[in-house]
Amino acid sequence: MSALLSVRDLTVSFVTRRTSLEVVHGVSFEVRENATLALVGESGSGKTVSAMSILRLLPENAVVDPASRVDYAGENLLTVSSARMRALRGREISAVFQEPMSSLNPVLTVGEQVAEVLRLHRRLSVRNALERAAELFDEVGIPEPRARLRAYPHELSGGQQQRVMIAMAIANEPKLLIADEPTTALDVTVQRQVLELIARLRSRHRMSVLFISHDLGLVGELADDVVVMRDGVVRESGPVERIFRAPQDAYTRALLACRPPLDSRPRRLPVIDDFMRSAHLNTAPLERPAPGAPVVEAKHLRKEFRLRTGLFRAKSLVAVSDVSFDVARGRTVGLVGESGSGKTTVAMMVMRLVEASGGEARLEGTELLGLTAAQMLAFRRRIQIVFQNPYASLNPRRSIGRTLAEPMRIHGLGASEAERYERARTLLDRVGLPREAMERYPHEFSGGQRQRIAIARALAVEPEVLICDEPVSALDVSVQATVLNLLLDLQESLGLAYVFISHDLAVVKYMADEVLVMRAGEVVERGTPEAIFRAPQHEYTRNLLAAIPRGLRSGN
Amino acid sequence: MAAILDLTPENAWSALWRRLREDRAGAVSLGIVAAYLFMILFAAAGILARGWSQEVGVPYANPGFLGERPNLEAALRKKTERKGVAPDLSKVDPLAPKYSEWERRTQALRTVEPERAMTLPWGGDRWGHDVLAKAIKGSQVSIAVGVAAALCASVIGTLLGAFAGFYGRWVNDVLEWLYNVFTSIPSILLIFSLAAVLRSGPFANWFASGIWTVVIILAVTGWTGMYRLVRAEYMKHRSREYVLAAQAIGASATSRMFVHILPNVSHVILVQLSLLVVAFIKVEVILSFLGLGVPVDMVSWGTMLSEAQTELVIGKWWQLAAATVFMAIFLTAFSMLTDSLRDALDPKLR
Repeated sequence: MSALLSVRDLTVSFVTRRTSLEVVHGVSFEVRENATLALVGESGSGKTVSAMSILRLLPENAVVDPASRVDYAGENLLTVSSARMRALRGREISAVFQEPMSSLNPVLTVGEQVAEVLRLHRRLSVRNALERAAELFDEVGIPEPRARLRAYPHELSGGQQQRVMIAMAIANEPKLLIADEPTTALDVTVQRQVLELIARLRSRHRMSVLFISHDLGLVGELADDVVVMRDGVVRESGPVERIFRAPQDAYTRALLACRPPLDSRPRRLPVIDDFMRSAHLNTAPLERPAPGAPVVEAKHLRKEFRLRTGLFRAKSLVAVSDVSFDVARGRTVGLVGESGSGKTTVAMMVMRLVEASGGEARLEGTELLGLTAAQMLAFRRRIQIVFQNPYASLNPRRSIGRTLAEPMRIHGLGASEAERYERARTLLDRVGLPREAMERYPHEFSGGQRQRIAIARALAVEPEVLICDEPVSALDVSVQATVLNLLLDLQESLGLAYVFISHDLAVVKYMADEVLVMRAGEVVERGTPEAIFRAPQHEYTRNLLAAIPRGLRSGN
Repeated sequence: MAAILDLTPENAWSALWRRLREDRAGAVSLGIVAAYLFMILFAAAGILARGWSQEVGVPYANPGFLGERPNLEAALRKKTERKGVAPDLSKVDPLAPKYSEWERRTQALRTVEPERAMTLPWGGDRWGHDVLAKAIKGSQVSIAVGVAAALCASVIGTLLGAFAGFYGRWVNDVLEWLYNVFTSIPSILLIFSLAAVLRSGPFANWFASGIWTVVIILAVTGWTGMYRLVRAEYMKHRSREYVLAAQAIGASATSRMFVHILPNVSHVILVQLSLLVVAFIKVEVILSFLGLGVPVDMVSWGTMLSEAQTELVIGKWWQLAAATVFMAIFLTAFSMLTDSLRDALDPKLR
């Protein structure tokens, strides 16, 4: 098979008024005909910039070095005219992006949007274009394709939106499909379906796919060749079997190892640094404390949302129907389920951030749900939460020092402001951040560092219970391990009780002592993680298990 | 070690000051606005432009740099002055016996007709007032009215918007009704009725002195746009995770509204504030033109512009130019300053 597209010595810099920062340093790779190339790396590795320079869709302040070449069918895409580039985009080379909701125009029906692509490049009539759009919807697995043509993007689920994006991308039978983290925003089971769809379409249309991901485990099932990037440099590239079976580079080995293992529960997850410094890996198993008296008891929690459908009419929507659990000091209960399963609502009810419609939540025997706001204040100190999105959960206008000192001030911890700032510095040490972070602002930190700050803020009031609401879902796989290790260290040294919420069964299995599988507001299965893994009872649990990426596809 | 000994992060205000100085456009506009403020202070203290209401020049005195320009109006006035002796009417005039007494008494008094200058630095108006002094004194009134009214309107709009957006439910419903009432009345009608109430109603005595009436009229009619913007921002921010996180650590509703959310929406408020200042200075012009603005014994850019209307027809452009230039420079500098302020307050743009 010959190369469809070859990138040679790609160098890209971002230029601001005063500085120039090179982010991609001479990257080369080839996409073969009728094959999938996976470009893998953490955020900031330059993988998206490299892929977008193929389509010339970089921001205006990006400068591509003139010596770089992107050869496609005898042309250098970096130098062809913009009219030629427009003709190629969407017809020969098309792209699917990470966020389907923001990639679709919210005021046009999805049918119109797919038809537009066809009419632009093929000069089809409106009628024929819509006809073809319906066929495409059928092909990408959208049920009732004809009816769906008239749907607006917000009427579709995330997975269906991404299918529409894929339908749009393959509408003109492109030779190359660039997929930039197309499944990162989706639930695990939907992620699996979309991956299978891309693989099926690729072989049926005999096109090539450039698949960008931060998760090496995910691409193993899909890719033929893999390029591993870090800090704008290619660390390793080669056929997928070789990368997985005999990785040459320490960084590749680290990426392969950092997902929580499914068959064991080591005390510490290996992180990138261990491999880069070739430190000794600690493989001792994790020791868990025996169950004791529960700190938090939740019984029959229920939440209904009332939606106003008219002036006097309302319908109620049951978000959580009946959830009970308890958790003892030093132990972890895990809630797992997809978006919409009600797991976050459970956390919010226990925190009293959302008022429960029924049930009880006790903290060492005190019923929390009936407390007034003033009474609740004393208990807020003892139960804290870490949110999913570290980019949204820190106030962007406050320095880290102020963010960490505020909870102590509210709860009267520390005699003076100076003492509070001193304690905040100790907290930063504890979560592994430099003390200089005090005077800086959230945007100056990476996602993993921000999550550490959010954890430090929760620990500032010395709580007994920590609710972790998808604490690692927004982070790269490689960063997930470091945050999970930190959470385990803190649990051991402080004896915290955790309520750990995630959509990723592998992460929950590693962290939790008891697992509740939730679906549509109900607990469908509960038990120890080992039991759930060994013998899942409910079909939904089996689906979740099947959706965990397992590296190489079977048969390879 | 200095960093460790320094116990608190850089003071927010000193950081703001430092960043404002680093931004060249911001520093220049800050300088201009500060210059205006000093000018206003001096004018208010009577150091500058004290004699703006004295008739120091001939009517429509030419600007100093246009001294040679013929001034028909001043010449005309000289021509109409009576010359020569009046005819003797003492036989038929019943007041004739009084004349000698009046003559005597007049001699005891002394009227001084000041020497009227033919040219003034930036020309004169119909009565011979110095236009430059008028423009300086006018800045004092116009800027005071515009800034005070914009601040009042912003405070009202921000408070109501914050409550409606943050609490939602019935608070929002009530405030939305209030908003609808205010916006459904044509604003000029609202201004007229408020002016009537404030000037001759039961509160007339409180606001007799003048510009406060205008400030109140503008603030009460002008808060609606700010309210809608702030309300939308609060609706967006109240469910953000950083606000939930603040609630989780026990921050009160007031603290969440004004300590956590407000700095994050301040850019919207600042931009709207600068637009309001500009708009209110212009509305003050219209109000003064309609006779509802500042009292007749005061001068503002608005009264100057309304006088300029008739002057322009006979080719006397300097009063218009003075008011416009003063106004344009201030408004441009003020808008740029609020822009830089917004950037300086944003930690992401450091």
